[in-house]
Amino acid sequence: MTEPYVRIKHLKTYFDVTRGVFSPKQIVKAVDDVSFDIYPGETLGLVGESGCGKSSLGRTIVKINKPTGGQIVIGGEDITKLKGEPLRKFRREVQMIFQDPYASLNPRMTVGEIIREPMDVHHIYATRAERDARAVELLHTVGLKPDHIRRYPHEFSGGQRQRISIARTLALSPKFIICDEPISALDVSIQAQIINLLKHVQRQMGIAYLFIAHDIGMVKHISDRIGVMYLGHLVEIGDSNDLYFHPMHPYTQALLSAIPIPDPVIGKSRQRVILQGELPSPVNPPPGCPFRMRCPCAQERCAAEMPELRDVGGRKVACFKVHADFGF
Amino acid sequence: MEEKMNRANSPLNVDALSPEEIPGELFETLDDSEKNSEFVAMESKTYFQDAWSRFRKNKLALVSLVFIALMILAAIVVPIVSPYTYDGQDLTMRNAGSSWQHPFGTDRFGRDILVRVMYGARISLSVGFAAAILNLIIGVTYGGICGYIGGKVDLVLMRIVDILYSVPTLLYVILIMLVFGSNIFSVLLAISISSWVGMARQVRAQVLSLKEQEFAQAAYVIGASRKHILFKHLVINCMGPIIVNTTLMVPNAIFTEAFLAFVGIGISIPMASWGTMANDARSQLMLYPMQMVWPVAAICLTMLSLHFIGDGLSEALDPRER
Amino acid sequence: MQESKNLLEVKHLTVDFSTDQGTVHAVRDVSFSLVPGEILGIVGESGSGKSVTMYAVMGLLAENGRVTGGEVIFDGQNISRGAFPTAKAYNRAMCAIRGKTLSMIFQDPMTFLNPVLTIEKQLVEPILNHTKLSHAEARQRALELMRQVGIPSPEKRIRQYPHEFSGGMRQRIIIAIALANNPKLIIADEPTTALDVTIQAQILELIRDLSRKAGSSTIMITHDLGVVASMCDRINIMYGGKVVETGTDKEIFYQPNHPYTKGLLACINNPEEDDQDLVPIPGSPPDLLKPPAGCPFVDRCEKAMKICKLRMPEPTRLSETHISACWLNELARRGRGGDRP
Repeated sequence: MTEPYVRIKHLKTYFDVTRGVFSPKQIVKAVDDVSFDIYPGETLGLVGESGCGKSSLGRTIVKINKPTGGQIVIGGEDITKLKGEPLRKFRREVQMIFQDPYASLNPRMTVGEIIREPMDVHHIYATRAERDARAVELLHTVGLKPDHIRRYPHEFSGGQRQRISIARTLALSPKFIICDEPISALDVSIQAQIINLLKHVQRQMGIAYLFIAHDIGMVKHISDRIGVMYLGHLVEIGDSNDLYFHPMHPYTQALLSAIPIPDPVIGKSRQRVILQGELPSPVNPPPGCPFRMRCPCAQERCAAEMPELRDVGGRKVACFKVHADFGF
Repeated sequence: MEEKMNRANSPLNVDALSPEEIPGELFETLDDSEKNSEFVAMESKTYFQDAWSRFRKNKLALVSLVFIALMILAAIVVPIVSPYTYDGQDLTMRNAGSSWQHPFGTDRFGRDILVRVMYGARISLSVGFAAAILNLIIGVTYGGICGYIGGKVDLVLMRIVDILYSVPTLLYVILIMLVFGSNIFSVLLAISISSWVGMARQVRAQVLSLKEQEFAQAAYVIGASRKHILFKHLVINCMGPIIVNTTLMVPNAIFTEAFLAFVGIGISIPMASWGTMANDARSQLMLYPMQMVWPVAAICLTMLSLHFIGDGLSEALDPRER
Repeated sequence: MQESKNLLEVKHLTVDFSTDQGTVHAVRDVSFSLVPGEILGIVGESGSGKSVTMYAVMGLLAENGRVTGGEVIFDGQNISRGAFPTAKAYNRAMCAIRGKTLSMIFQDPMTFLNPVLTIEKQLVEPILNHTKLSHAEARQRALELMRQVGIPSPEKRIRQYPHEFSGGMRQRIIIAIALANNPKLIIADEPTTALDVTIQAQILELIRDLSRKAGSSTIMITHDLGVVASMCDRINIMYGGKVVETGTDKEIFYQPNHPYTKGLLACINNPEEDDQDLVPIPGSPPDLLKPPAGCPFVDRCEKAMKICKLRMPEPTRLSETHISACWLNELARRGRGGDRP
């Protein structure tokens, strides 16, 4: 078995949201003790509802957010405490695609400048002409025309913009790309274009993806493995088909049964686990399993301690009930 | 265009036919080349081209722009070609009315008012523009740094700004005049010190919100330096408000200068400034009101024009505000 | 007979918007109808005109929007702007209808609810406006509505402000307001797009239950084929300001006729099935500043023909309920020797 390219170990990202000097301290545990690996060329899907910390996790890995604890190891190097020039070097290996194609491109730069920028910053290629040629090549890769290079982002549609931002991330030939909800702002017919493009470049360049989204249908389609997050915790992670058809964690079960299926017979007839209540506030969460307030099979023990992520039949689940079923 | 050509080429008008009558050759499959699949919606226009086309539609602003341009031209040309100087006295021609010789008349020392107004324009406009440029450089840099770095640095720097803001402008001016003497540079210094604060605050607020935008974070993830992100990504995206603020700074500075001159601090006699001229004319206002009208009209028209230009710019650069 | 059976009838509706760049022809000659008790889905991508159509029906177009043609008949009454002599008369008539027999659920609950008024004020007001109930009775009705939409401890929560509610709870309040006067038709504009999957499931269940119980009709505007499949009886597919196909849920999902509908279904992943490759529709939607003379889908259609560029195809009736506007149907008819399909 190959070595994992990305190792996330007990990663924590807390935000201090205390208002005013004299108020009691308020901590949002956006990411709380999350560990997983990503292998080279693999896609790990990350799903969960808004506020579950999946985007914070992605942003922590590229160090937009400061990690509070734990370790991020990429390509064998611990980058958790990296700063300055070594951090800039690491940027060539790890890139990110953002959610909103209308906000992620600088409106005052031409498409050519946008795609060239990473190469300019890292001084890849000696001359501007070479960088321009590479930008045109990248535009071609993502299915746009060379003469688009002098245009401004506002002249493009959402899907086209998202392709421009993919071209920008590819400019540095990264080994790992974090896709932070790259398709959720796009129309259905465009989503498939982007998904296919991402799969295509992955096959060509052997890039590993962390694919963050809330649309489980699409995540299942693109991912080799899926992780499910709830309130800052990773509650289940495993092979994508396996996890979709046989979810173990009660939250995964509820989440999957809530997806509207695009088939009128199945969609109208199937039984759903309708969860009561909503996601609790992530500010100063109480101890124990975060899901226990909405969980149909919560026990007393769930309130006292947080179940850890354990190997059960080729996948990892953090639930006492599942652990018990497997004889822990 | 293409559609029209197609229609012209086809001998029959397909719209008039019933579906059954449409000839079979029209049911041939289209080549991919005949489709227009990856079109880009609008014609290419940069932000500033776009803004200019909107600005042009605002007639008032356009007229104002022409007026200011003429004013600048006149301020340069008139004193050169005129036979009179701003301090040349002709005691035989005191308090003359308008004539071919002296279109605006003369003052109580027989000095030509037209030339003096144009000299005043030189001073007023250069004070105005210089103050605006200083304001731009200091305000944008200071505000940009505060907003981008944030945290404790921002807190300390912004408290300094608050303190500067809380001291009345007039107090500075008088202090500076005492120290550096009353000349054009101390006026400029005094106006600049008190005015960049507003710009700094505005830029800081803009940068604070822009730095959370995904394009700024994308630049960070790429590995761009702080300076690069601040100027290439953040400041350039608040150019609209910056330009408007700078434009509106010009009339403010002109007004402050005229006011200072009128109350007697500022440019010293016999240098002409619109404020000093108005002050001169005050003593004989009842007898020769026209002597007051010329400098005051110059101030008013310039200020109005600059305000209209500012309004036009803010509309053109930020169409959401409409 | 046919006329009186329909609760809502939209005939040849056309809506234009004037913008900086020119006139946007957002809705072009759209016709459809709705029978009582039915849930109709309007599916389309952004810019397809799906929301604009319904906003035009409600008389809630933005200032630069104008209905330039067509008729809207709701509950036997012509409520198109053209049926009223003045704008004032039209607005007065629409105000009497909106919130009473015709109500709307919006995508973003926060922009619809007034942040400085309590829920009580916002719930009681529409009841008082359209009925003769006293304030106390209206309050009772409001509490009952809150219970109906599943808001726990309504007596306490009715005194709270919108920001004290979560997204899902706010959407429930919007639904309660929409239901206040037992409307005959509820128009829901992307009611769950802003919500999470588990909350979406709750809200969809609620809308379906309530519309079944009250016997009211619902029009769901959405881009999510999953939502449509699990909610709607009949579906309109819109593209480029036109309805390109309409049919029952099963017809649309199992026997799609229009290439756009087929394309849409091919580019979503049904997670229940084994993963097939997604087949995206190439290109981008048409520019409605210069709408094509022919079929709006021509530039992205695999099977596009010369005629498609020249003329918009006539709607072809494939069954009692299934209508599709595509020239391929005419081609198929000719292939079969000229008889109607």
